[in-house]
Amino acid sequence: MTLRSLPDVASEPVRRRGGRVASTVILLGTVSLLTDVSSEMVNAVLPLYLTAQVGLGVLAYGFVDGWYQGVSALVRIAGGYAGDRGGSPKWVATFGYALSAVSRIALLPAHGFAAIVGVITADRLGKGVRTAPRDALIADASEPSVLGRAFGVHRAMDTVGATLGPIVAFLLLLAAPGYGGVFVVSFAFAIVGVAVIVLFVPNLTAAKGAATTRLGNMLKEMARPRLRRLLVAVGLLSLVTVGDGFLYLSLQQRDNMAGRYFPLLFVGTNTAYFLLAIPLGRLADRVGRSKVFLGGYVALVAAYLAAGGPLTGVGWTLLVLLLLGTFYAATDGVLSALVSPMVAADARGTGIASAQTVVALARFGASMAFGALWVTVGRSPALLVFAAVLTLVIPLAAWLLRVAGTHAGSPSVGEEALA
Amino acid sequence: MSRTGRTVVLAVVILVAVVGSLGYVLHRRGVQERTVRHAPPVATRSDLGEVRKGPYIVFRDTALGGDYGRAAAVPLTAPSGPRALTPASCDRVYATNHDALCLSADRGVVTTYSSTLLNDRWAPTHHLPITGIPSRARLSRDGSLAATTNFVFGDTYANPGQFSTRTFLSKANGGTVGELESFSLMVDGKKVTRADRNFWGVTFADDDHFYATAAAGHTTWLVKGSISAKSMTSVRTDVECPSLSPDKTRIAFKKHGHLPPGQWRLAVYDLRTGGEQLLSESRSVDDQIEWLDNRRVVYGLPRTTAGTASSDVWAANADGTGRPTILIPDAESPAVVR
Repeated sequence: MTLRSLPDVASEPVRRRGGRVASTVILLGTVSLLTDVSSEMVNAVLPLYLTAQVGLGVLAYGFVDGWYQGVSALVRIAGGYAGDRGGSPKWVATFGYALSAVSRIALLPAHGFAAIVGVITADRLGKGVRTAPRDALIADASEPSVLGRAFGVHRAMDTVGATLGPIVAFLLLLAAPGYGGVFVVSFAFAIVGVAVIVLFVPNLTAAKGAATTRLGNMLKEMARPRLRRLLVAVGLLSLVTVGDGFLYLSLQQRDNMAGRYFPLLFVGTNTAYFLLAIPLGRLADRVGRSKVFLGGYVALVAAYLAAGGPLTGVGWTLLVLLLLGTFYAATDGVLSALVSPMVAADARGTGIASAQTVVALARFGASMAFGALWVTVGRSPALLVFAAVLTLVIPLAAWLLRVAGTHAGSPSVGEEALA
Repeated sequence: MSRTGRTVVLAVVILVAVVGSLGYVLHRRGVQERTVRHAPPVATRSDLGEVRKGPYIVFRDTALGGDYGRAAAVPLTAPSGPRALTPASCDRVYATNHDALCLSADRGVVTTYSSTLLNDRWAPTHHLPITGIPSRARLSRDGSLAATTNFVFGDTYANPGQFSTRTFLSKANGGTVGELESFSLMVDGKKVTRADRNFWGVTFADDDHFYATAAAGHTTWLVKGSISAKSMTSVRTDVECPSLSPDKTRIAFKKHGHLPPGQWRLAVYDLRTGGEQLLSESRSVDDQIEWLDNRRVVYGLPRTTAGTASSDVWAANADGTGRPTILIPDAESPAVVR
C-alpha cells in the first residue's frame, strides 16, 4: 500500500510515517492487552467466586451483572466528553484504567453483597470512562488513511488479552487454590498496564491539547447531519443485533457439544476476531470503511442463518463462531475508524462515545426483543426473523451511510489518502 | 523524564508486580497448607454399609483437608459423630435408599460440569444433562425421578444482565422428561410466556406431581407441576426453593420479602390453611431446605468467618419455635434418607 505525499499539517505528529501503525497504537494495544488479561481473569472466576465462595445467590449475581452493564454505557459519553473538554484524553483514560485496577485488589476485602456490587461497579465505571478517550488517542496518533488498520491492531491485541485472561486464571487456581491469588495477579497485570499508559503513551499533540472545547461547540459538532445519519444507521443495525450470549445459548440448546464446552464458544469467536481484526481493518482503509462495516452485518445475517437453520453439528457451530468473529472484526474497531474523521479532532472522544453508546443501548433493546420472540415463536424462527429484518435494514443503513459521505474527511484532518 | 528513565520506572513496576503477586500467591498457598494440616481432624468411619442400615443423612463433607467435597453419611441417631465417606465427590448431592444424584464442576481452563446418577453402591449409572454451575439436586422419594438446577451465564461482555437457570427433570433409568422451560406456566389463570421466565428448586410430591419456583421479572411463584400434563400452575408468590414435608402438608422455602438482594429468610407454608410461619433462623439462608422429619428442617449455612470455605448443617423447628442448632459440623447439601 502506497501513500500520496501528505500535506505538512502542524498537528501531525512526527511518528506518522509511511503506512505503519503508530507506536502509540501499539502502546495502547499493550495497555488493553494487559488490562484485558486482568479483567477477563476476574470475569472468568467471578460467577464461581460469588456463588460458591461468597455465597451470593445467583439472582443476586444477575443483579450485579445487569448493574454493571448499565453503568458502563452511561459513563461512556461522560468519559469521551471529559477527554475532549480538558484536551487530555490520556489522563481521562488513565483514570479509567487505574479505577479498574484498584477495583481488582478491592475484591480481596469485599465480602458483603453491597461491597462486591460497589467494587464491580467501579470496575465497569473505569471501563466506560476509558474507552472513548482511548479510541480518540488512537485516532489522533494515526494517519487518517490507516485508521481502520490502527483500530484493527488495537482490537487484535485487546482480544489476545481477553483470551489469555481465563487461561491465566485457571492455571493459577491449579497451582495455588484460592481466589485471592487470582485477584492479586489480576491487579499486578492491571498496574503494569497503567504504568505503560502513564509512562509511554503521549497525550494529544500540543496544538490540539491546548484548546479546550466548549460544550456548545461539542453539541454543534454532534448535531452535524453526517454524524446524525451515521448514528441512525448504526442504531438501526444494532436494533437487530442479537447479543452473542443469545447465539451461544442457541447453539448450546441445539447441540450437546456446544453445551458442554460453553466457554470454548467465546474462545472460538475471539480467535476469529483476533485473526481478522487487522486484515479487515486494512481492507476497510482500502475499499471504504462503511463497506466493510456493512459487510460485517452481512456476516451476522449468515451467522443467524447458520445458527437458526436446520443443520446441526460441530462444523456448523464452528461456522457460526467464525461468522460472529468476522462480524466483530468488521464492525467494532471499524466503527471508531468510521466516526473519527467525521467529527472535529477536539470532539472526537464524544463522537466515538456517542456511537458506542448508541450501539450499546440499541443492542440492549434488541436483546429484550429477541428474548421475547424466542419464547413466543421458538429459537430457530426467532433467529430467522432477525436475519430477515437485518437483511432489510442493511440496504437502508448503506443508503444512510452513503448520504453521510463517509469518504470525505472532516476539515480538521484533511482528505483521506487512498492507495 | 527521559526515555531511559521511563523504561527504568516501568521495569521497576513490572518487578514489583511480579515479585509482589508471586509472593502473595506463595504466601496464601503456605497459609492454606498449614490450615489444612492444622485443621481439627473430623472423625470418620469406614462402615458405610452399617450407617445405611438405619435412617441416615447424606451430605457434602466440607471439612478442610483431602476429603473436602466428598459425599458422606452419618446415622440419624448420631449426626455429629463419625462420618462414613462415599467414593463420590460432588458440589451438590442428594440421595435416597436406592440411588444418589451428584452434581459437580470440574474446574479447569475450560470448566465443565457433570450431573451423575449413582446406584446404591455409589457407582455411576447415568449422566444427566447439565449446562452450568450446579445449584440444586433432588430425587423423588422412591428415587425414580431426578431434578437438577444449574445456572447459565451468558456473555457478560455484550449483554446486559444475562443470567438464567435451567432445570432438568430426568428418570432414574436414564430417560429424560424434559426441561421446565418446555412446560406451560399458568399464573392466576393466565399463561405466562415472557422471555425472562426462570425455574429452579424442584421438590417431588409423587410420581407425577412436583413443586418448584418459577420467576419472571422480579416476581417469584411457588408452582405446582404435573409431568404428564407438562404444565405448572402458580400457588402463591415469593417462594424460592420449595421443599415438601414428608407428610406432604407443608412447604419449607426461602422467602425474599423486602430484604436486600441476595438475602432470604426461611419460612414454612401450610398447604392446608394457606398460613405462613417464619422460622427462628434469623440469618440469611441460600439453600433448598430438607425435612429431617415432620417437625424439623435442616439446611446448610456457610461459616461466617471470612475466607473459609466451610459450612455446617443446621436444624430448626418447622413451627418457628426454639433456636437453630448445628446438626452436622463441616457439612452442607443434606439429604435425609429414611
